[in-house]
Amino acid sequence: MLRSLQIEPEKCTGCLQCEMACSYQAEGVFNPSKSRIKIFTFHDEGRFVPYTCTQCTEAWCLHACPVEAIVINEATGAKEVIDDICVGCKVCTIACPFGTVNYNQETAVVQKCDLCGGDPECAKACPTQAITYVDSDHTGLERMRAHAAQNLPQDNA
Amino acid sequence: MKHVIVGAGPSGVIAAETLRKVDPTSSIIMIGDEPEPPYSRMALPYYLIDKINEEGTYLRKSSSHFGSKDIDVIRDRVTTIDPKNKSLNLEQHDAINYDKLLIATGSHPITPPIEGMDLPGIHSCWTLEDGRNIVNKARPGSNVVLMGAGFIGCIILESLALRKVNLTVIEMGDRMVPRMMDQTAGNMIKSWCQEKGVSVHTSTRVDAIEKGSGESLKVKLDNGEVLDADLVISATGVAANIQFLDGSGLETDEGVLVNDRLQSNITDIYAAGDVCQGKDFSTGEYSVQAIQPTAADHGRIAAMNMAGKDTVHQGCVNMNVLDTMGLISSSYGLWMGIDGGESAKLCDNDRYRYLSLSFEDDVMVGAQAVGLTQHVGVLRGLIQSKLNLGKWKDHLIKDPTRIMEAYLANTQAIGHNAGVM
Repeated sequence: MLRSLQIEPEKCTGCLQCEMACSYQAEGVFNPSKSRIKIFTFHDEGRFVPYTCTQCTEAWCLHACPVEAIVINEATGAKEVIDDICVGCKVCTIACPFGTVNYNQETAVVQKCDLCGGDPECAKACPTQAITYVDSDHTGLERMRAHAAQNLPQDNA
Repeated sequence: MKHVIVGAGPSGVIAAETLRKVDPTSSIIMIGDEPEPPYSRMALPYYLIDKINEEGTYLRKSSSHFGSKDIDVIRDRVTTIDPKNKSLNLEQHDAINYDKLLIATGSHPITPPIEGMDLPGIHSCWTLEDGRNIVNKARPGSNVVLMGAGFIGCIILESLALRKVNLTVIEMGDRMVPRMMDQTAGNMIKSWCQEKGVSVHTSTRVDAIEKGSGESLKVKLDNGEVLDADLVISATGVAANIQFLDGSGLETDEGVLVNDRLQSNITDIYAAGDVCQGKDFSTGEYSVQAIQPTAADHGRIAAMNMAGKDTVHQGCVNMNVLDTMGLISSSYGLWMGIDGGESAKLCDNDRYRYLSLSFEDDVMVGAQAVGLTQHVGVLRGLIQSKLNLGKWKDHLIKDPTRIMEAYLANTQAIGHNAGVM
């Protein structure tokens, strides 16, 4: 069963525990700027939105890579960067239309969410279950409904 | 069904792999004229600084990759095509017949019409063979003149600087990367490079190159200056490899003319990548883009259509990303803006930071960024999804850095109207 990160922004309090956990897992330091998941802040609405790679089927990053440095982990479905192969050309960072592949100037390779190999730290660190790791088939529907509702003409005015 | 692909760059390789996926029983032949396995020119700058070896430039790392997919890779050069008999003539092999043909022959560096360009010691940086020559000659302390500060020039600039050569860059435009970024950004990149010890001359032309003492060269500039050079690298632009199509009946202009299925004027012949004059997402016009993401998109879409799976090409967003000695810049779509369109700008010359967003009504149509490495791809998302930004356009004009928030606010269920609590 393929699982994916389910993100429910309405439950997020903006505590940044996920960013700390991600940074520690990925880079060995507690530094939100190194996190693969980011919390975006909407002060006017009093809302926080966690966002990271959706491991999309299209995988623009993977198709744009000139040296086959982004591969699919068959067990998790994650698109993973192989640091030793990545040359740091950054084409994937401009190709990903969700802005979730970033170049790290210190390591000179790109970084993105790899689902921690199937046990994502962000989901474990989230105290309000705004980020959960669930059966892929169960994500999306509510989101799509809400998105559709938000895009209705009367809401857009 | 027999598919033949001429060209073994990213476009050809992705087309071959896509064909294998969607047309499993077909026969697939890919013809490339360089001696190495299919490799990426994008990776050459990293080969020049020994970050990777030659294998590191290969498009596919496993030596059995193409064999395992039953893709027949032939090393040869196609001399002419004969659409009437649906066959190709090759330099060394017998003629090959095809049912569907893909032209993915890429482009070649152009040689500017300057006296002395044929002297030894002047190289392009286009093939692995060029890379080997440059590695041999660009030694610490040697004088290197780089002609052209366009995208390709700038991408090798960093490699040369890291090889500790004395580097001088000559660009005839009034700024660096004039076809990728505006005056502000182009000049910002220039002063960054100069601060790092590279001599950059813009609005300057090379008049002639002559033999100097020993193996060195003398590069004469139009301002009267003469530079001594151990090595001259020419990066003054590329042109599509369409010469071999002369007389074939295939319509060409800058590249092979295609429709929105990447199909040429001759049924059963398609084109993809640098050689293809494909649809531009932003202008709706057909032009050559010569960039990696476009080559990848073309390869996939052309293959779908060759396999009989009707797929419309919506047009590619022109985009580039560049690292000039640690300063990272990128540009998208109509980065120069449009007449009557608004823009959002943020500029900090001292810190080398610049962000410029261009709008048509409340839709983002172009962007350029200097010094931005986080979430830069969302600029593509905003442009390509033609998202109506509504009030977020004003937010962006006040603070252009909020690109992710603008995207999320308009695509994710957030706020009080999300209705999922």
